[in-house]
Parts: sequence; C-alpha cells; structure tokens
Amino acid sequence: MLEVSGITQIFGGVTALDSVSFKIAKGDITGVIGPNGAGKTTLFNIISGIYHQTAGTVYLEGKDVTGFPPERLARLSMVRTFQNIELFGGMTVLENVMVGMHTKSTSGLLACSFKAPWSISEERRIRQGALKWLDFTGITDLADQKAGNLPFGKGRLLEIARALAVEPRIILMDEPAAGLNSQETLALAALIKRIRDMDITVVLVEHDMELVMDICDRIVVLNLGKKLAEGTPQQIQESPEVIAAYLGDDD
Amino acid sequence: MKKDLLLFSAFALLVAAAPQLFKGGYLMNVLVFVGINTMLAVALNLLLGYAGQISLGHAGFFGLGAYLSGIMTTTYSIDPWLAMPIAAIVVGIIACLIGFPVLKLKGHYLAMATLGLGIIIFIVFNETVDLTGGPSGLSGIPNLKIAGVTFDSDVKNYYLIWFFTLAVMLFSLNLANSRVGRALRAVHDSEIAAQVLGVNARILKVQVFTLSAIISSIAGSLYAHTMTFISPASFGFNFSIELLTMVVIGGLGSIFGSFLGAALLTLLPEFLRAVNDYDIIIYGALLMVMVMFMPGGLVRGIPALYRKIFGQRKGTGNA
Amino acid sequence: MEFNQILQYTLSGLSTGAIYALIGIGFSIIYNATGIINFAQGEFVMLGGLLTLSSLQLLKLPLWAAIPVSVAISTVVGVIFERLAIRPLRQPTPINLVIITIGGSILIRGLAMLVWGKDTHAIPPFSGDTPIAIGGATILPQHLWILAITLVIIVFNKFYFYHTISGKAMRACAYNRRAAGLVGIDVKRMVLFSFIISAAMGAVAGIIVAPLTMTAYDVGVMLGLKGFCAAIIGGMSSGISTVIGGLLLGVLESLGAGLISSGYKDAISFIILLLILFIRPQGLFGKADSERV
Repeated sequence: MLEVSGITQIFGGVTALDSVSFKIAKGDITGVIGPNGAGKTTLFNIISGIYHQTAGTVYLEGKDVTGFPPERLARLSMVRTFQNIELFGGMTVLENVMVGMHTKSTSGLLACSFKAPWSISEERRIRQGALKWLDFTGITDLADQKAGNLPFGKGRLLEIARALAVEPRIILMDEPAAGLNSQETLALAALIKRIRDMDITVVLVEHDMELVMDICDRIVVLNLGKKLAEGTPQQIQESPEVIAAYLGDDD
Repeated sequence: MKKDLLLFSAFALLVAAAPQLFKGGYLMNVLVFVGINTMLAVALNLLLGYAGQISLGHAGFFGLGAYLSGIMTTTYSIDPWLAMPIAAIVVGIIACLIGFPVLKLKGHYLAMATLGLGIIIFIVFNETVDLTGGPSGLSGIPNLKIAGVTFDSDVKNYYLIWFFTLAVMLFSLNLANSRVGRALRAVHDSEIAAQVLGVNARILKVQVFTLSAIISSIAGSLYAHTMTFISPASFGFNFSIELLTMVVIGGLGSIFGSFLGAALLTLLPEFLRAVNDYDIIIYGALLMVMVMFMPGGLVRGIPALYRKIFGQRKGTGNA
Repeated sequence: MEFNQILQYTLSGLSTGAIYALIGIGFSIIYNATGIINFAQGEFVMLGGLLTLSSLQLLKLPLWAAIPVSVAISTVVGVIFERLAIRPLRQPTPINLVIITIGGSILIRGLAMLVWGKDTHAIPPFSGDTPIAIGGATILPQHLWILAITLVIIVFNKFYFYHTISGKAMRACAYNRRAAGLVGIDVKRMVLFSFIISAAMGAVAGIIVAPLTMTAYDVGVMLGLKGFCAAIIGGMSSGISTVIGGLLLGVLESLGAGLISSGYKDAISFIILLLILFIRPQGLFGKADSERV
C-alpha cells in the first residue's frame, strides 16, 4: 500500500531522518513509535507531501509519489490528521466535514455562484455524505456548532470525520490520542478499528504505548532518525534494541 | 443559508423602493456611490474575508476597468456594453497572470506586493497621457443605453448600478455557501489542512483573486459610464485603503457587512461636510478602533453589543 | 558628457538611497523584534521634517537644538503608537496588524495635516547650498550631510546591536521571541525599544532629507514604501544588506528618472520590489527562509 525507501531529511546540517525504509501492507494498522526527536512527525510530513525530503522515495500503491503536493495525494486517496488538530475554526462542524468532500465533487466557481442545477444537487449530496461521517464518528449532535468552540476530544473526532469524508484508502494519524482522556482514548481505539474494518489502511504516530500495542498489527520503531526495529507488537515488546532506546541506554 | 436569501430578498425590496422613499436627487447620487462601493467591497471581501488574502491594490483593478471602458468608448467609439466585458476579460487575464506569483506571498509581503501593484497602475494612468489624458483625466465618456433609454439621471443610474450591485451580492452569497466558498474559508482557517483534504489552495486563491479583480473592473466600467469623467486621483493608494476600511468595518467574510461598511464610509463624508478634508483622520481612527474593539466588524459587533447591553442570549450573528 | 550625467545621477541617487536605507532599517528593526511590518514607519519620517520646521520657525531654536527636539518628539509618538495600538491588540494576526498600522499611519498623517496644513514646506540646508564639484558632476553640501549622518547612524546601530546588553537582547528576540522570553528577556520592552529606535531613525531620515526635497504632511507614504523596498531587497536585515538595498534602489531610481523618464521614477522602485518579491523573497543576499515566502 505504502512504501518509503531511503528517506533522508537534513535540516541545516542536522540529519533528522537517515535512510528510513519500510513497507505498509494494505488493511493493516501500523504504528510508528519512537522517543521524542526520533523523526516521526518529520516522516509523516514527508509522506503527506508537506516537506520535501533531501533524498528517498515514497510509493503509494506502487506509484512513485515523491514530491507530490498534499492536494494531489488526497486525490490519490491518502489523507492525514495533525497532532494539534487543524480545524477550520470559523466554520461549523458540518461545513468542516463538507470540505472533506472536496475531491468527491466538481462544481466550479461559476457553477456555484450562479447556482447551476447540477451544483445544487451536488450540494445536497455533499451534505448527505458529510452527515454520514458525522454519524460514523458520533458527533452528529454537534453539526451546527462552530468548530472553533469544540472541546479538544470532539475536535479530534471531527478531524477524523473530515479526513474520512475524503474516502481515503490510507489515513495517516499524527498522535491521535494526544490530549485525550482515558475514556476518549478507548473510544478512539474502537473508532480506528472500525476505520480499518472499512478496508482503510491506518498509519499512526503515537506515544500512548497501551493504545499502540492494543490496536496495531505492525509497528515501526524510529530512534534518532533511523529505523530501529519493525515487527508485530509482540516482537517489538521483546526487542532488546527497542527496550534500550526507550530506557535511554547509550550503548 | 436560507436566512441569507431571505435577508437578501428583503434588502433587494428595500433597494427597489428607496427612490420612492427618499425623493431627492442628491441622495440618489450618493446612493449610486454606495452601490459602486458595495460592489468593490464585496469583491475585496471575497478575497480578504473569505480566502484570507489581503490586497492593497484593488483601486488599481477598479481603475483599469474604468479606464479601459473609458478609452474604448471615447477614443475607439466601441459600444459601452461591449467595452465593459472586454475590459473585465482583460483585467481578469492580468489579475490571473499576476496572481500566480503574487499569491505565493503571505501576510505582510502580500500586502506590500499588491500595494506596489496598485501604485504602478496608478502611475501608468498618470503617465500615459496620450491614452488616459494623464492627471487631468478623461472626459466625454458616454452613458450606458438600453433600448433607447439613456442612463443619464441620478435615479436611472441608481437602478442601473443597484441592479449590478444586487447581482454581485447574490452571486457572492451563493459562492460563499457553496463547495468553492467553503474551500476558500478552509484555506483561510488552515491552509495546510485544506490542502491535505485535496483543496488546491494555490489555484483557488488565484481564481478568487481573478474573480475579485473582474468584479472590481465591472464596477470601474459602471463608474466611468455614470460619471462620464474619470481621473487617476479616484484610483490611488488612498482608495485601496478606503476599500479595505469598508470591508474591515463592515465585517470580514460578510456580504451584508460589506454593504454596511461601504454605506457608512460613503455617507459619513456627506454628513461630515464641515470637516471636509479631515475625514481622513476619522478613517484612520475608525480602522484602529474597529480592529481593536470590534474585530468582527459591524455585522457581528452590533449584535454582540446589543446582547451585552440587553442581556439577551439569542442569535449567533452569522450573515 | 554622457559619463558626467551618469555620475551626477549616481551621486544624487546615493543620497536618496541613504535615506531609503535608514527608513528600511527602521522597518527591519521592528519586523525582527515583533514580526510586524509597520506601515506607519513613513509617518515618523514626515514628523521628523515637519517638527524640525516648527522648532526652527515657532520655537526659534537653532538647528543643532531643533533636530534632537524633533527626533525626541517623533520617538514619543512612536512610543504612544506602540502602547495604544500594537500592545493592546487582542488578535494580532498579520492582517489585523497590517490594518492597524495602516490605520495608525492614516491617523498620524491626518493629524499632521491638521497641524501643518496641506502646504509643502522648505527647511534650510544645514550648511548653505553652494554646489561642490566632483569630477564632472556637482553635489550639494546637504548630500554630504545625508551620507555622513547615515554612516554615523549605521555605525551606531552596529555598536548598539553587537556591544550593548539591550542590543543583544533585541537580536535574541529577532532570532526567537519565545526563547528570548524564556531566558528572562523582557520581550515587551524590546518591542517598545524597537519602536523607539525605528521612530528615531525615521525622524532623522526625514530631517536630513527635508532641505533637499521639501516636506509636507504626506511625504511619509512614498518614502516609507521606498524604505520598505530597501528592506525587502536587503532581506529585512537591520544591517549592511538593507543599506546596500537602499543605495541600489536610490541609484537605479535616479538613473531611471534621469535617463528614461522622471514620471516613472516611483514605478521603478515598485517594479524592483515586485521582482524581488517574486524571484528572491528572502532578499538579494539572504538565504531561503520559509517563513517569509
């Protein structure tokens, strides 16, 4: 589904990522973990087309998508969420999700301004679709709230609903459990599994080990910009290198 | 959305009835300017309030429309109704070409680039004397005509201008509540999130910049044909700032707000005849006070103030 | 003949360029300390000139006293502006900051019009107007004053930013405001300082140029914008790059006005501004910086 190969990122002389390669299988939930500064978010930013790496290649469903801008990746069915949720604060919850339907609709500027018949029926379809995703994430009752006024946990759900509206085949989540309480985290775990059950490949960067070990099929461990280990949760938990890295062993 | 259309219908009725309500040629003349300024403020608001991209050069596009129409109809005797769309297309092409490099810039840099653009256009109006008549202006621009009716009186012009103004407002309201309008607002709130969802922010910004310039150009053509005389002084940096003031005072991202801002800034100098040249001080103070105390503009500030004073909790102040 | 002409334009361009450089440095200092492009920067230039005029004519002060008095008053205006407009701003988004500084600039300009009227005023040159011949060209003593004073200010600036505690603290703020705050630098005070320094520099620029170009309530607009062009060419540096930017702009403008057409003089600066913004938004000498693009 997704393959990164030899990804290297150098920021002004500092090597943030050093030749990282791994493959993610279709339908898996894959966790990318590692101590702070391991380069996880940088890696996400590269895969999602926000940064341009110094070297290396990204393949999406076998296609070389290196250097594609985010909007093009969205059309290729890849979407992501952000660590500090990036909502459209001035818009309602429903409108936020409706923006997620952007790639699944076509009315242009003039059609919209002149209310062309096809744009009206498309608008109806967008609204229906958006409501469906609000329902899926369980925030239908908040549809008319300003997104900027949502509590953090609900904002996270909205961001996921909005990403799902793109109808992705792969979704990247950057620390989805950050800032959530334990109850919300449990609900999130269930939600992520339901997303996977829709045949959407999930990749997440996460610090909450309990969550990662619970839901992930495979785990990639990064440390200081390098891939340290890769395997099932079981294998990772038993890996001496990983344990050493997490305990701060300098060897 | 429904609320906006209802409000619009009521507003349109009021506009249609106004000449009956106020029987005075002079006021009609002022209301013609309110109409033109509303069109311009709405155009700038699409860019600034919805897409979040500032322009300090919109007077330039307004002027281009006016001069292109003016020159075509006087020097080349082209029919005004043909000149207007030609001017709009030319301005649209210019805006589109310039839009790509300009809209790569953000914040202050965008402000400065558009400002520079506006000033360059202004200088061209002044210097190409053979074409524009230079600082002393271009006169003898014909009035518009439809089926033998010449738009040469204040009341006729009022209906002409407001026909276009209402059309622009309706057009913009539709746009704001549509797929494209949502994408614009999304780019405003978080460009990166919008891109991740598949919105091509760059193209979208150029599109709305072009649209905004085209509306300004049409307003310019209408201005030229109603005034029959134009000079560069109407299209300088100060007018760009005045437009910005209208949009900010009325309320960013509100079409009706743009009308309020345009009306206030057009009527204010009429009521402040006594202070004449010093209205500039009031503009400056208004801009500062609004940004500091009412950053949402009149359309949001007044309901908020009302609620504060009367302790009511209803209404969200969304227009 | 041709060479003499070019020399002449270059020499007069250098002194206008020095003015642009001073104003540009003022822009950069505030920008680096606060992230704000202060659209009111040009108004300090105007205030410097007009206040000197009043000090000379109304207060009958000698020139050497009138200059510091006007610089001081302009600085006070800068402080008031920062206190009343910038500091209390609740939503300091770039657009709000652009609008508020534009509002401030209009207000200051309007008040100046109220005080000094719309007329253009002349200020006597600092030391006569006997032209001095250089090669085949001539310059006025005031040109030399401008170049000398600019040089002194730039040296002074360099000293302040690199050899005094508060100057170093300002540089720290420019690099990273949050980090500067964390190590105990009073960032708000540094913002105020930046307004004080820029207002003073703007006023000086306005005073030294006034005898050449005359002054009026609205001279600040164009001069301010040109200063901004200089700062952009210099990559918003408060040092030598902006000085080079200013001089370059002054000379190109002067050559363009002399050899092509004086009407397009102002357009030349703005075309340069646009080209720089399109091609090298980080400035002619700067490294790429994603923040500014």
